[in-house]
Amino acid sequence: MSSEPAGGAEGPATFGSGAGAGTTRTPTAAPIPLTVRPGIPTRGRATGHPLRREGPAKLTGEALYADDLVFEGAWSGATVRSTEAHARFEALDLDQAFDWSRVVVATAADIPGDNIVSLIHDDQPILVPLDGEVQHHAEPLALIAAPDKPTLAAALEHARPRLAQLAPVLDPEVATRTLAEYELVKGDIATGFSMADLVLEGTYRTGHQEQLYIEPMAMIAVPEAGGGMTVHGSLQCPYYVHDALARGLGVPKHQVRVVQAETGGGFGGKEEYPSMLALHASILARKAARPIRMVYDRHEDIAATTKRHPSIVRHRTGVTRDGRIVAQDIDVLLDGGAYSTLTPVVLSRATLHAGGPYACDHVRIRGRAVATNTPPNGAFRGFGAPQAHFAIETHLSRIAEALGISPAELRRRNAYRIGDTTPTGQVLRESVAAQAVLDEAVERTSFDTVREWAARERSGRAGSGALPGSPLRTGAARHATGIGLALGWHGAGFTGSGEERLASVASLELGADGRIVVLSASTEMGQGTKTIFPQLVAAELGVPDDAVDLAPVDTALVPDSGPTVASRTTMVVGGLLVLAARRLREAVEGRHGGLSFAEVYREDAAANGATRIDQRFEPYPGIHFDDATYTGDAYPAYGWASAVAVVDVDLDTAEVTVRDVVAVDDVGKVVHPVLAEGQVEGGTLQAVGYATIEEIKLDGGRYLNDRLATYLIPTAIDAPRITTVLVEDPFSGSPHGAKGLGELPMDVGAPAVVAAIADAVGVWVTELPATPERILAGLAARDASDERTAG
Amino acid sequence: MSAFRFLLDGDPVEVDVPGMRRLLDVLREDLGRTGTKEGCGEGECGACTVILDSQPVVSCLVPVCQVDGHTVRTVEGLVAGSDPAAPGAEVGVAPPTDLDTSAGTPASAPVSLSPLQQAFLETGAAQCGICTPGMLMAAQAYLDDGGGPDETAIRAAIAGNLCRCTGYTKIVDAIAYAAAARQIEDRS
Repeated sequence: MSSEPAGGAEGPATFGSGAGAGTTRTPTAAPIPLTVRPGIPTRGRATGHPLRREGPAKLTGEALYADDLVFEGAWSGATVRSTEAHARFEALDLDQAFDWSRVVVATAADIPGDNIVSLIHDDQPILVPLDGEVQHHAEPLALIAAPDKPTLAAALEHARPRLAQLAPVLDPEVATRTLAEYELVKGDIATGFSMADLVLEGTYRTGHQEQLYIEPMAMIAVPEAGGGMTVHGSLQCPYYVHDALARGLGVPKHQVRVVQAETGGGFGGKEEYPSMLALHASILARKAARPIRMVYDRHEDIAATTKRHPSIVRHRTGVTRDGRIVAQDIDVLLDGGAYSTLTPVVLSRATLHAGGPYACDHVRIRGRAVATNTPPNGAFRGFGAPQAHFAIETHLSRIAEALGISPAELRRRNAYRIGDTTPTGQVLRESVAAQAVLDEAVERTSFDTVREWAARERSGRAGSGALPGSPLRTGAARHATGIGLALGWHGAGFTGSGEERLASVASLELGADGRIVVLSASTEMGQGTKTIFPQLVAAELGVPDDAVDLAPVDTALVPDSGPTVASRTTMVVGGLLVLAARRLREAVEGRHGGLSFAEVYREDAAANGATRIDQRFEPYPGIHFDDATYTGDAYPAYGWASAVAVVDVDLDTAEVTVRDVVAVDDVGKVVHPVLAEGQVEGGTLQAVGYATIEEIKLDGGRYLNDRLATYLIPTAIDAPRITTVLVEDPFSGSPHGAKGLGELPMDVGAPAVVAAIADAVGVWVTELPATPERILAGLAARDASDERTAG
Repeated sequence: MSAFRFLLDGDPVEVDVPGMRRLLDVLREDLGRTGTKEGCGEGECGACTVILDSQPVVSCLVPVCQVDGHTVRTVEGLVAGSDPAAPGAEVGVAPPTDLDTSAGTPASAPVSLSPLQQAFLETGAAQCGICTPGMLMAAQAYLDDGGGPDETAIRAAIAGNLCRCTGYTKIVDAIAYAAAARQIEDRS
């Protein structure tokens, strides 16, 4: 690593080069001697890369989101929900004070097909049937449609479910119903621990996190002649909805059509729940024989839809005095909520990532997810990996402290290198950038220099609490500053044999009219699908970006390219399109010896008619995972990330301001720098929110802060300056070298912030979010133990 | 019911609705102007921000009776020149039920953008786009008020507008670019 001089030519120091050059956002904090060199792609305009394809429509208000669509004769639908966490659904009382002939009411008895929201396991009903068991608060019991919203609201008020309370199970540590379980063993941990000079244990907890896409769930169902159904909605995975509708409506798949409207954010939240909403709207549409709109308000959206799984992760780690990890014994417990939804896969990813990006010969990781009587938890950016990373990274930083080794150095000694073997026995043959991203992050932030500075400041405040009424202050300084680091890895694409079983298809068509059209079910939800796909195809064909169009995401038109999840869109589906473009080019050029595709494709189309290429996923060469033994190549490749955070902690209130984050991410190949940076910046801020303020409080299985006034996410003022550094260590299995990106920054942000808090005030917060209350409690516990030691 | 009249993006409009009807519903449902979005309905997210006279307001908390005789600007009126017949209409968006593959996302839609919108497009400040209309109006109010390319001031100006995609970095950049460009223009 370079030893960049403190406070270089750029002067006192800020991370990055914000747009408002020269402004410093936290004038009260002492200047830190930091400089950061700009990242590979400079921030700013998308020079040389296409502008966001649907950007103009979004910027002028012309883009049509689900709630903007107008269907003649449409009624509005709403859901009657459980007010209990666990109960028997005895009856639905319809108060005769209301004229029920004005509305349509549907119950489980009106479901034409199976009363199942089809996903991994068949345990979640579309509506709880009469005499059935309610498993969580806000569970759907019945549906009402009305011609207008006031009538709908009045009907809802007069529909009262009769519920006989049952005892709820709310604590995952005592819950007995297991939703999924895995065990990973490598070497022999007893042998590993026998080699250890030091064994450290720690328990780490995280709570629910809400995706909080700014556009709430929205779906419109339009009944078709002959029992078919078309839905238009805000969703990530059109074919998940398609499968669920066919099953719930009891119709053949060809009678179901799913069309994605412009989608105002997803982050995993619109992976599975849109199936439920589409079923509800469709059941009402079938019964009312007219289009039904169902648009959640924010309160219902937070109260009823999925969250990030709460976790409890226990680490017991053996290390040598010189900082080698020799044994890892890890227990991961996830709270799945009432139904399994995607929990088995979330747990799998959490288990596979639990050891962190570190080589260790003796590892045991046990993962278990249990059911509680709380709303089901589901997909959220990172998908189990952020919980795993918070635990391992915080634990490792504490080990570094115990050993007296720099947290950067401890990671450097253990981080994966080419040739290392993961706990599933996967040999990492290529594209291993753990050391590279770590070195970049350390160098760009002068990490060790700043840590030394923070340590001096911290020791200067020794005897904290000396100022009456203040737990931390000893003098005039009102803030303490600290710096923290985390390292992470994220398996790119589906877990295990997922991609192989999915066998996604993406298509490319040169139409008879000479237009090149991408056909895929990958959705745009802000991350850039509609820009990246034409860009990749155009580059391969040697035509301008704007020569390539995209078919609408409509299951009547596009093949099943799999869900838009797991950071797989650019890597996997984009890779299919690159291969399809190669085949299209070869086919066309083959008919016109010596001439390039760009020169001849229009006349080729006119002469020969349409050429369509359907590209199906083929397993990456040499990559295999065995589901039965849970061993092998858990992912075709891994993305690698490091984050360094700088925080200010208020010495009176313990309030945390995350001032700067430098995020270094290896994505294999940067396809579009501006969009890639956008993913890193957005993911980093979600991680900062997770670390500091985002928290769901529960009472008896009900979310207490189920409104945007009470569930807080970071504003522009709360947000740190985020500097993105993109690293390219390509994956040979994908034709363009790209690996996943979207989830990487979510993994490392929170442990970096928590480490920075510890650096500032000397307290390790082991439960997210790191609220002032938890920091103060940590200080009180530490001071009490100091007194005991002193006494 | 009584009629309320106001100037919307330069055009006089009249609606005959209850006075406590939300301006947001008047715009979206009564006038069919769906560019303004609803994110929370309780004034927390800022997605429905419009400019009332010169102030950014959340239209979900403004009853229509309060805009009687005033001017309202929305994202649909931001386009340079703001001639309602000309620009926005050229942006091609698929009719939702159209089966024609050509109706997807056109490669190049002829569209004119305001300098602020152009800055958002070029810096990557719009991702999912749902906060964008409100964000643009908050930013436009900041620029109209003489705001410059100052990061702290820009962040304060958009503090009432939540974005979950961008981390705000590129939004701050975009507004700073637009502000700087205008300052240069003003000087010359």
